[in-house]
Amino acid sequence: MRKGHQSWVFERKPVIQSTATVVGPFEGRGPLGKDFDVIHGESTLNQDSWEKAEKMLIEEAAQLAIDKSGLTKEQIQFFIAGDLMNQIVSTSFAARTLGMPYLGVFGACSTSMESLALGSLLVNAGAATDVLVGTCSHNSAVEKQFRYPTEYGSQKPPTAQYTVTGAGAAVISEQGEGPIVTSATIGRVVDMGVTDPFNMGAAMAPAAVDTIQAHFRDLQITPDHYDLIVTGDLAKVGHGIVCDLLEKHRIPVDLAKYWDCGMMIYDYDKQMVQAGGSGCACCAVVTYGHLLNRMKKGEFNRILVVATGALLSPLSYQQGETIPCIAHAVSIERGNISG
Amino acid sequence: MANNQKKKLTPVQQEYQKLAKKHEPPRPVFKNCLRAFIAGGGVCIVGQLLQDMYMKWVGLPEDQASTATVASLILLSVIFTSLGVYDKFGQWAGAGSAVPVTGFANSMASAAIEHRSEGMVLGVGGKMFKLAGSVIVFGTVAAVIIALLHLLFNPNIAGGGS
Repeated sequence: MRKGHQSWVFERKPVIQSTATVVGPFEGRGPLGKDFDVIHGESTLNQDSWEKAEKMLIEEAAQLAIDKSGLTKEQIQFFIAGDLMNQIVSTSFAARTLGMPYLGVFGACSTSMESLALGSLLVNAGAATDVLVGTCSHNSAVEKQFRYPTEYGSQKPPTAQYTVTGAGAAVISEQGEGPIVTSATIGRVVDMGVTDPFNMGAAMAPAAVDTIQAHFRDLQITPDHYDLIVTGDLAKVGHGIVCDLLEKHRIPVDLAKYWDCGMMIYDYDKQMVQAGGSGCACCAVVTYGHLLNRMKKGEFNRILVVATGALLSPLSYQQGETIPCIAHAVSIERGNISG
Repeated sequence: MANNQKKKLTPVQQEYQKLAKKHEPPRPVFKNCLRAFIAGGGVCIVGQLLQDMYMKWVGLPEDQASTATVASLILLSVIFTSLGVYDKFGQWAGAGSAVPVTGFANSMASAAIEHRSEGMVLGVGGKMFKLAGSVIVFGTVAAVIIALLHLLFNPNIAGGGS
């Protein structure tokens, strides 16, 4: 199962039985709007706090993924998920509602692929037959915790990113129909000394490249193995840096086949998002919604999703610490989809 | 400070930061200045109009009219903050929206709204000054220093003491 230093190859081919994506109104108006299962009309979700709204997002996505899989929640053994809030309360409170055996994980915005990798590992190892994985983020809840009050009139620099309001969840099963998870590479923490929390793309880009490099080395494959390599939420600045670093490290990735979820979810001309999207939900909703839909249509056979996360806290950057970052890669193949 | 931080970085980190810098879109300083001038000036014109109105139509003397003007601008800022408009104005105007008294009101109102969910005492009361607090602290410190300088260098006060 382990291959190379930090990768897992899943011989038993865990299947992504079902996925569910729930987003806020701003994401619904973006270019990928039609790929999402539920688009809320109000960013408050009619809750009385942003934190409760975020909990609702993951609850809804989890429930919908379970319903779409045709299983009951009693048949699914474990729920692996996390979010950006302190003590990952949104996810833990959703797990309270679901009443399922639960493993809370924190990888900041890399949680989408961290949970998918761990879920697939459990299924592949025979430790579970069905696992629910997911993550969520809410723009206003994140702004409130990490930056300023949402209604505060501060001017954001062009490197800033806009946190996605949404949640993505998936049911991973031993048997079934759907895209399959073939391998995963667990990243290490990379810190290139960036301190600016309004420039996350530049902070996270080296972690993404480190994991991509490790993935090809461990699996002994070349980048043309994949129809698409996509990073989680590096947005314009980080995407440009990754392109440069890939070239510098002589990793022969066809740059036309390297995208970033943070650059796909919003319309730069119509939506004021500075460099692009970010947040746990960014990679989750783009992958589980848009990319897997396109895979089912036959547009891709193999993709590598590299979710990136910045492991900072509001306290750590106020104390002048640099921003440690991480990236986890999961490869998904078209598998036995009928039609 | 910036140099201190650079010294601590390893050569690899320094090299990376050079590369990252190339990809960083620069802040549009000229555009920001222009917008701040227009927006900040606009707020001041509104203030002047209000003051003239209070003096002409309400009949207030100048000092009372200016107090009423400040109160009105604060009220307007709080209303626009609660309507969810002021933060968008802030992104466009930058310092033009932050420097006038309306920016100060916005910082308090936005914090109060944001922390309402944590209760009246610990939420609204405790966190209302989250951003405005440092303005008050350093504003007061600056005022003390200026007052001391005024005392030292103003010939009227210094000479008139005898």
